[in-house]
Amino acid sequence: MRVKQKKPDMHEGDMTPMIDMTFQLIAFFMVLINFAQTEANDHVKLPSSQLVKPPEVALEFPIVLHVGIDGAIYLGGDDYTPETLLVGLRQELSVIKAEGKTPADANVVIRAHKDAAAGDVQEVIRVAQEQQLENFALRVKEDRS
Amino acid sequence: MKIRNHQDAEGSELNMTSMIDIVFLLLIFFVMTFKIVEMEGDFSVRMPLAGGGAASDPTDLPLKLRLRADENGKLTGMAMNEISLGTDFDKLRGQVVSLIGSTTPGDAEDGPELEIDTDYNLRYAYVIEAITAVSGYKDGDQVVKLIEKIKFAKPRR
Repeated sequence: MRVKQKKPDMHEGDMTPMIDMTFQLIAFFMVLINFAQTEANDHVKLPSSQLVKPPEVALEFPIVLHVGIDGAIYLGGDDYTPETLLVGLRQELSVIKAEGKTPADANVVIRAHKDAAAGDVQEVIRVAQEQQLENFALRVKEDRS
Repeated sequence: MKIRNHQDAEGSELNMTSMIDIVFLLLIFFVMTFKIVEMEGDFSVRMPLAGGGAASDPTDLPLKLRLRADENGKLTGMAMNEISLGTDFDKLRGQVVSLIGSTTPGDAEDGPELEIDTDYNLRYAYVIEAITAVSGYKDGDQVVKLIEKIKFAKPRR
């Protein structure tokens, strides 16, 4: 007797809509992803203000200092105290001086946690002033409410 | 003549499995690294090392804003040029407007200067709120500027 060999009938769903949606999601996240978040720091939650606007022109020679809630200072991946910050600032200043600029040309961007002690921020400014830095920018979150 | 048509139509179908694998990996990567960017701005503070610049011109003394805090860092009182303002930032803004009411944004360089003298443990958010109050206010979409020259007194230990 002849037996007919039937192929198992695989019921394949149509994958096209799913792939379409997946590609759209990828495109969405790719457009919105921001790799330039080097200024952000997980230890810092900025205070907010209604008056600030994102700067139209980037600051020249920025030195970004993060001040955590416990007063710890973060500069370029290392953490400092007001006493040791001098070392980090001197490294930054040596780069600026190598480009033929003076400390007065640099901008110290202070990103302090909203619940940090104001005195800790003042200490950071004092240490920076001792290195002839004089332009400071207190960074805050824009409040659109 | 008899022509046999043995060619399968299935032969042209591509195997999508590996592509979908990669696509889902990419999707997971982007979802995990996604973070909504918050807009940030700066309050500029120009503070050269105290070298007598202010003292050389005694007629041009800065306005003084004193901020007091309790042991938890909460604001307990403000005073501008010894005038007590409580903890109301609107009152502080009103005081600034009454002091420098004639100032227009055009003369920001020659405008008044404010020195903030704060208790050491006051939370930074209050300082920013005070700076916001003295820097200006929003009139609709327009920002009316008040004091643009702000500096800090020496830290109080």
